[in-house]
Amino acid sequence: MKKLFSILVIVLFGQFQILNAIAGSDGEVEISSKKNNNQLEVKDCFESINRGIFSLNQGLDKVIFKPLAKGYRKLPQPIRSGTSNVISNLGNVVTIPNNILQGQMKDAGMNSLRLMINSTLGIAGIFDVASYYGLEKRDKEDYGQTLGTWGVSEGCYFVLPVLGPTTVRDSIGSLANVLGGDAWYNVTVANDTQYFKESDYYLTRILSGVDFRAKNLESFDSLENTSIDLYASIRSLYLQDRQRKINNLDESTETMNDDDWEEID
Amino acid sequence: MKVLKLVLVIFTSLLLNNISLAKDPSELINGIVNEASLVLKSSDPVESKIIKLNDIAERSVDISGIGMYALGKHKKTMSEDEKTKYKKLFRSYFLKSFSSRLVDYTDPKINVISQKKINEKYTIVNSILEATSKRPKVKIDWRIYTKNPEKPLIRDLIVEGLSLARTQKEEFNSVIQNNDGDLNALFKVLEEFLIK
Repeated sequence: MKKLFSILVIVLFGQFQILNAIAGSDGEVEISSKKNNNQLEVKDCFESINRGIFSLNQGLDKVIFKPLAKGYRKLPQPIRSGTSNVISNLGNVVTIPNNILQGQMKDAGMNSLRLMINSTLGIAGIFDVASYYGLEKRDKEDYGQTLGTWGVSEGCYFVLPVLGPTTVRDSIGSLANVLGGDAWYNVTVANDTQYFKESDYYLTRILSGVDFRAKNLESFDSLENTSIDLYASIRSLYLQDRQRKINNLDESTETMNDDDWEEID
Repeated sequence: MKVLKLVLVIFTSLLLNNISLAKDPSELINGIVNEASLVLKSSDPVESKIIKLNDIAERSVDISGIGMYALGKHKKTMSEDEKTKYKKLFRSYFLKSFSSRLVDYTDPKINVISQKKINEKYTIVNSILEATSKRPKVKIDWRIYTKNPEKPLIRDLIVEGLSLARTQKEEFNSVIQNNDGDLNALFKVLEEFLIK
């Protein structure tokens, strides 16, 4: 039971990190997702069930996560920044192996340097000293993204209870963390070290989710108030966000396919 | 020789005139950002702010174009009557959601940093919504329709790489598909949103 709870917390907050953007009938509604300017279709398997789970998650958010995020927002700015920095620094232990797996050797080197500097001079990552020395923060990478860059397609889109939106590929990616792919998990939960406790790991995962939610309180509210089908909006935003990250695209011009717009000219 | 000079003067003035008529997409964004900022930080009542923001949107956004884009493949099967009804509904829907999204911001600081011409019809203007104590900075790119260089219009906002027009399109598509392709279902949802 304890193990199950552990996996639940890990995947939940893994999903929170994955969805860092601010966004039916049964069976198969297709949502477009871009890859190298070709339109791919991601199937929303079991949409009516997904919508039910989505409503449950919305309820949980209203009762648990949103109030927590609002409370967190009331903390002084330096405490929030420090927390955010610690979480971001720890995230490097997943980003670095994924940089290597994706062939981003320069990024892997930079992130390793950032991790070393911020963990020592930055006092366990509270202060982002590396940025001060000109080592700018880089994009996060995870195992789902790595699978994507290797050409593994998304599979079905679905919504997990508590865990939120995902695809088959991203869920497999999240599982890789608990199967040895996350060094922070390995030293806290998987192996019995005398330096860290299991609770350290869960605390950082929960803080990560709360920090993310707090940074997006207004965006979520705005989306909720102006959307005519919130479920569809979140699905679209999630898939767009994942595709952009997998393609490692910074410029909007690279993410665009003008074909749809051509039709209305 | 005199004739040549005259031709040269006329040509140069025509060229300059033409240049001055074309509006730079970055200028368009800077202009509307400044205008919206003045409205938002004013002490006007919310209703008055909404009217002014809607006026800015009607002048600078291709609402009709976005509306047709948002319909996706369904626009091909629409009758003329349905098209007219939809355009009217979408315009009201767009303005309501646009102003309600913006009116909560007191003084958003948006800085235009660069622009890139994709083709004759589109230019992307890159900007940053500066961070506040509540949220980090946000990258916002604007897709500007420049077919008529004298009147460039906004067609999409890409927030941190996520296209709002595309999200809208997939949202509308979901409503229509989940009602067996019935466009009236979308009209009904839009009407309900407007009276909310």
